[in-house]
Amino acid sequence: MESKTLHPAGLTADMTTIELMAEPLRAGGWLVSEAYAPPARRPRTRGAPPLVRRLLIASAVAYFALVVLTPLVAVFYEAFRKGAEFYLASLSEPDALAAVRLTLILALIAVPLNLVFGVAAAWAIAKFEFRGKSLLVSLIDLPFAVSPVIAGLIYVLMFGLQGWLGPWLSAHGIKVIFALPGLALATIFVTVPFVARELIPLMESQGKDEEEAALVLGASGWQTFRRVTLPNIKWGLVYGAILCNARAMGEFGAVSVVSGHIRGETNTMPLQVEILYNEYNFVAAFAVASLLALLALVTLVVKTIVEARTHEVSAR
Amino acid sequence: MSSHPRRRRGVLPGFNLALGFTLVYLGAIVLLPLCALVIRSAALTVQQFWDVVTAPRLMASYRLSFGASFIAAAINTVFGLLLAWVLTRYRFPGRRIVDALVDLPFALPTAVAGIALTALYSNNGWIGRYLEPLGIKVAYTPVGVLIALVFIGLPFVVRTVQPVLEDLERELEEAAATLGATPWQVFSRVIFPVLLPALTTGFTLAFARAIGEYGSVIFIAGNMPMVSEITPLIIVTKLEQYDYTGAAAVATVMLLVSFSLILAINALQSWNRRRYTRQD
Amino acid sequence: MSIAIDKITRRFGAHAAVDAVDLEVGSGELVALLGPSGSGKTTLLRIVAGLEHADSGRILLHGSDMTDVPVGERNVGFVFQHYALFRHLTVFENIAFGLRVRPRRNRPADAGIKRRVEELLLLVQLANYGERYPNQLSGGQRQRVALARALAVDPRVLLLDEPFGALDAQVRKELRVWLRALHHDVRVTSVFVTHDQDEALEIADRVVVMNQGRIEQVATPAELLAAPATPFVRQFLEGARSLAPA
Repeated sequence: MESKTLHPAGLTADMTTIELMAEPLRAGGWLVSEAYAPPARRPRTRGAPPLVRRLLIASAVAYFALVVLTPLVAVFYEAFRKGAEFYLASLSEPDALAAVRLTLILALIAVPLNLVFGVAAAWAIAKFEFRGKSLLVSLIDLPFAVSPVIAGLIYVLMFGLQGWLGPWLSAHGIKVIFALPGLALATIFVTVPFVARELIPLMESQGKDEEEAALVLGASGWQTFRRVTLPNIKWGLVYGAILCNARAMGEFGAVSVVSGHIRGETNTMPLQVEILYNEYNFVAAFAVASLLALLALVTLVVKTIVEARTHEVSAR
Repeated sequence: MSSHPRRRRGVLPGFNLALGFTLVYLGAIVLLPLCALVIRSAALTVQQFWDVVTAPRLMASYRLSFGASFIAAAINTVFGLLLAWVLTRYRFPGRRIVDALVDLPFALPTAVAGIALTALYSNNGWIGRYLEPLGIKVAYTPVGVLIALVFIGLPFVVRTVQPVLEDLERELEEAAATLGATPWQVFSRVIFPVLLPALTTGFTLAFARAIGEYGSVIFIAGNMPMVSEITPLIIVTKLEQYDYTGAAAVATVMLLVSFSLILAINALQSWNRRRYTRQD
Repeated sequence: MSIAIDKITRRFGAHAAVDAVDLEVGSGELVALLGPSGSGKTTLLRIVAGLEHADSGRILLHGSDMTDVPVGERNVGFVFQHYALFRHLTVFENIAFGLRVRPRRNRPADAGIKRRVEELLLLVQLANYGERYPNQLSGGQRQRVALARALAVDPRVLLLDEPFGALDAQVRKELRVWLRALHHDVRVTSVFVTHDQDEALEIADRVVVMNQGRIEQVATPAELLAAPATPFVRQFLEGARSLAPA
């Protein structure tokens, strides 16, 4: 049977935990459509009268426009309030550039590490049976359920001056909190689940047959992974990586707690937005914010492309 | 051959390596620091702990955080259902764009959402200026908190309900219609009961997310103690005053709430599954 | 002997899926493992291939002990029930896979691989399908690609797990005749698992009837029909309508 058990939330039946915290970007998404194509739409014979239908559409679109669209438009409007020149000037401030650089560095640390973690976790969970598996899956999802503030706090308690390892670290001249390592840890924490979350159901649905076939044909473990597993999960990897990246670059609460807000040094882009805003430098704040909004839009575009792409692959 | 217990897992290689790496990584990044938190708050006696987490200012913040999260999730349940319905059932210009942008609150950094909403709802903002003459103040009040939580919660309900609607068998509705049911009866008696588990799940997810939310709220809330101060902000404030233990105590309470919500969501999920899992 | 199964046992918990089974398969033979679901036939086949490990007992292929030899070094061909074709590779590359993953010193040159794959495509009657992807093929075509892929590495034995299980009745019938003919040409020792009595009786030289992890009877189709050894065999074969062994 190629068919896969789905339950109404569009998830595989064996997904047991809070993974749904990550769901918005995925539930309507490609994993579901790959395994299960919704029945072909038939023209409606009956149903709501046209007037009611139009009313429903109008109110849904109005709500969407009010809640989602206006804030998005406002970001760009406010950013360009004083013209393009001021906009560009705000972005080329040294502090703004430093924030962009730091944000990129954090993403470059967090995304690859969580990619490796996601592949390892998904390999163990999807391809093998072992005791405590569902507990492990819940643990992976845990960072989604924890308030970002707490994600920052725990590292302050570990590595801060009053923390467990604080005295030892400061005696050795190592700075974790209010420095890059702390920011990296907080960023990794909040993005731990993204890739694993994407790969586990995908690899479970693909089963072990192809890997076994490769092994029977004489492939080594590494060859099997490289030539069979990796090509099969590549879109899942891309998908997980974009979501992971979006969150890594946009995280606010967790990094805010461990950052110390040192200008030009420990300010990420979202923190730079906060500082500028609190200084009533609104236009500059929105200019930096517009970059982050752009990132969000690009993320949604890539996500849509990947979804279309996987539709194509599964329809091929 | 009991000398090879490892082999019972089958012939695929890499299990020990993959699981070992997973456990070490999770242990170092997630588990150990979370233990540090709980241990830290255990430095307090039970009475001290109780006093810290039930201080009047905290009680006010719980009321706000839980109350606003609850109302926001409820609003999103109604309108999320509406959006999911319209997106799956009707064709209209711009549908695909709306569908793609429903995820924006999830992808947009929370600080960006926070300042954008504040700008919109302040007295001279696009929306705030029309509300002010009506005597409605949004920015820097608890209503502002609600607005922010409505924004971030929307995708959770839509994306939980949407697949169920897509999956819903048309025959069911058609059967009801041939039996003489009006469209409204079809909806309330046939469709709604099927959607109920997904709606409840979506509500709980939006609620859980809202309780921990920080970035989008603090800009618009005004953060007045006893009035518009959310619980995560109190943790940050305590931290800034170097009251690490107090911060850990409040965080422990929030963690407990999060865990209970995880359990609730798991229970809801298995309810979903029991009712609707297809046996192919 | 091509395959010698020596007191193989495999337990899942307290339940013995395969219970001290002995069996020998001669060179060039085509043997069917026949039994109801849960009789242990697939587990036994996977143990021979090295995809599962036995709790006790030995597996010998062409006289050498393979019990502790990893699956990739046993040089067996295995055809999976659901084909297990590599979905991201073309039919050509699927068949070439086993040759391409060989260590450099044993790997044929590209021209050699091409020649071998084309030969096999011809053999399974898919000469013009090399550039297609698995999901552009029908079930029967996929099954033939899976067979070609297994044969590409010149396996010492060919093992087939419910080779026609996922196909509809008409295609099954055609493929049966075709497999029988193919085996006649290739003459590689083959074992296939089936729960379909007709299929076993029609194709196999010998049929091994299994039940609850044990062998009930090993016999040619004619013997089996003439003299079922146990009540179980008699009952199980009553469903069989075709009495003509191939």
